[in-house]
Amino acid sequence: MFDSLSERLQRVFKELRGEGHLTEFHVDQALKEIRVALLEADVHVDVVKSFTQAVRERAVGHEVLTSLSPAQQVLKIVQDELVRILGGQATPLSLKKRPAVILLVGLQGSGKTTSAAKLALHLKTTLRKQVLLVPADVHRPAATEQLRTLAKENGLFCFDPKGEPDAVVRAKAAVKEAKLFGYDVAILDTAGRLHVDEVLMEEVARIREATEPEEILFVADAMTGQDAVRSAGAFGARLPLTGVILTKMDGDARGGAALSLATVARRPLKFAGVGEKVKEFEVFHPDRAASRILGMGDVLSLVEKVQAETDEKAALRTVERLRRNEFTLDDLRDQFRQLKKLGSLSSLVGHLPKVGPFKQLRNLDIPDDATKRFEAMIDSMTAEEREDPRVLDGSRKRRVASGSGTSVPELNQLLKQYLEMKKLMKGAARMRF
Amino acid sequence: MAPDAPAKKSFVARLKRGLFMTHTELIARVGDAIRSKVAPDPRALDALEEALLTADVGPATAAELVAAVREELGRREVSEADSVRRVLKGEIERRLSLPAPPAAAPPPGMPRVVLMVGVNGTGKTTTAAKLAARAIGSGQVALLAAADTFRAAAIEQLEVWAGRLGVPVVKHRPGADPAAVVHDACSAAKARRADVLYVDTAGRLHTKHNLMEELAKIRRVAAREVPGAPHEVLLVLDAVTGMNGLAQAREFLKSAGVTGLVLTKMDGTAKGGVILAIVRELKLPVRYVGVGETAEDLLDFDPKAFADALLDD
Ligand SMILES: Nc1nc2c(ncn2[C@@H]2O[C@H](COP(=O)(O)OP(=O)(O)OP(=O)(O)O)[C@@H](O)[C@H]2O)c(=O)[nH]1
Ligand SMILES: [Mg+2]
Repeated sequence: MFDSLSERLQRVFKELRGEGHLTEFHVDQALKEIRVALLEADVHVDVVKSFTQAVRERAVGHEVLTSLSPAQQVLKIVQDELVRILGGQATPLSLKKRPAVILLVGLQGSGKTTSAAKLALHLKTTLRKQVLLVPADVHRPAATEQLRTLAKENGLFCFDPKGEPDAVVRAKAAVKEAKLFGYDVAILDTAGRLHVDEVLMEEVARIREATEPEEILFVADAMTGQDAVRSAGAFGARLPLTGVILTKMDGDARGGAALSLATVARRPLKFAGVGEKVKEFEVFHPDRAASRILGMGDVLSLVEKVQAETDEKAALRTVERLRRNEFTLDDLRDQFRQLKKLGSLSSLVGHLPKVGPFKQLRNLDIPDDATKRFEAMIDSMTAEEREDPRVLDGSRKRRVASGSGTSVPELNQLLKQYLEMKKLMKGAARMRF
Repeated sequence: MAPDAPAKKSFVARLKRGLFMTHTELIARVGDAIRSKVAPDPRALDALEEALLTADVGPATAAELVAAVREELGRREVSEADSVRRVLKGEIERRLSLPAPPAAAPPPGMPRVVLMVGVNGTGKTTTAAKLAARAIGSGQVALLAAADTFRAAAIEQLEVWAGRLGVPVVKHRPGADPAAVVHDACSAAKARRADVLYVDTAGRLHTKHNLMEELAKIRRVAAREVPGAPHEVLLVLDAVTGMNGLAQAREFLKSAGVTGLVLTKMDGTAKGGVILAIVRELKLPVRYVGVGETAEDLLDFDPKAFADALLDD
């Protein structure tokens, strides 16, 4: 397992104590670590070079603040610089015309169709816009059907192309219809295409001419590697991109492509796709993306998610009990129920940084259906047993196992994990985000 | 685009210069440096490393390859202009040439079951269709199973392909249990005495435990129907994927028992260098390469051709 960047930086700066300024030597040592971290995160080589150069200029000679260690200080400069580039002058979507046309473009499989539906739902719920979804992908089998289904399932409107085989004609007709019926926004889902495919690049350029979009968003997969620079560069040379949507951010990719994209497209990242469901879409947060690129986890997103979806009273009760070290199996069952509301446990654990007290939590790796079995076991215990599982002797264990349709080894595992969790949570409760 | 500040412009110019300096040029510089001296210039080796990094080989593997080249070059006189490239290509080719394990075969008269797995949008459905096209091209009886019951219009997408190829497809309704589709597809394949069944599954991120479990269930169901099934599990990987490809391969190997890789979208400019890290750590063979969107656009993986393409622009 790799050490975290902050651990590695701490090692670089171990001997620095007492010096008033960040020296060239130390900054260069630190930048070596940062370079590797960025490369591991898929930031393009040339972007890494220019980025580390910019950080170097800012860091050398920088006064060491008393409140921060030198390692923290360099990290802060790096983080600030990342946020600055990723966020750009993040502006809200321009939706002045009526209809305002938004064109989604990108490579095959990057997530355009899903993002079209997500963006439509987002505009409908946050800005109360009337949105028309336009299937302008005439190449991939069943692409139109996919968008139509997503629209139907989510109460969105979808243009009916009536089998029109030409993407430009379709797009034009759709915008006309949007105008006629008074839609605020028309979102055009185009076919995925390679930037080296001259015929298809010409097609999308013609769609643009025919529809005069106010926003042209490049849709890119968060798992993209070095090629992000080339593809976005080529799309940007052909079309005046206005922003980027980064998809599949619910995985564990470090997402360094975001930095490459922001640098090359010179346009802000606007939205992030964070799941397969249409509502799993959010405004892009440069600060979170920056921590993630540096391998420092997405703690903020996690905290927000937990706050948004857990029953606050139950959460407060748990924290209080944790503080008093009274976390019982009853509370654990409570936690399982809360976790269910949060979505799958494994995706939640993916939000946690790979360092500190969470290192072990990640390794716990509790399969989601195991929580159901755990709940069943806890349900089969008496109040006394739930309060203090130490009373569970051999015969009680057999009773609980058979009552819950599980086995004694499974029960033992639950108890072991309960103890581990109790220990970890005590640590986490003391931690502040 | 809006006009940019001059400072930004010079940065972009720098970036562009880096981009349009082709690998060929970079590595030629290494060659130059080495021809003039016997020991390679460290700066020239940096250029070599950069070329590898640009191909998504990743920092660890890139450093290893550079070290291997340096060692090899130190061992002998260098005279030819392209010898650095040759040494590097040879090393890449060697690393990718795994002795292919004999593919598991079904009992006589039973269908070979091939499972397509991978994260969202990599090309599973298209590759399943391409493989089916190959199979019928060589006179086999093929069948498709629409086990992606989750994504909107995924079943229709496979049906369009099936219609084009004239291959029957077994499907349920959207939202149905994919394992049940696989169950029925296996029975149908047996009944029709099909030679091979390609199972298209839903794209899923390798971090979603419950979705990965679903693949394990599909495997169990297939094994109950056809001894030894699935006989092949192909992880479909998009060539644009960066270092995350390794995490994908690890998890899909663990949960779905991947037996080989398919690298798609190699008709673009992405190099797919992450397979070097995957092959090194997991010893999974790369079986096919996708080079386009039509049924014929599938090639057998060739380590030599891959090594050539990795370093050529
Ligand atoms: N250029 C190119 N495009 C490809 C290749 N393979 C697949 N595609 C395209 O990539 C897009 C996604 O392919 P699919 O086969 O739908 O991918 P999938 O993995 O089944 O996607 P999900 O089921 O949504 O996860 C489609 O537009 C395909 O035509 C390839 O080798 N080259
Ligand atoms: Mg598919």
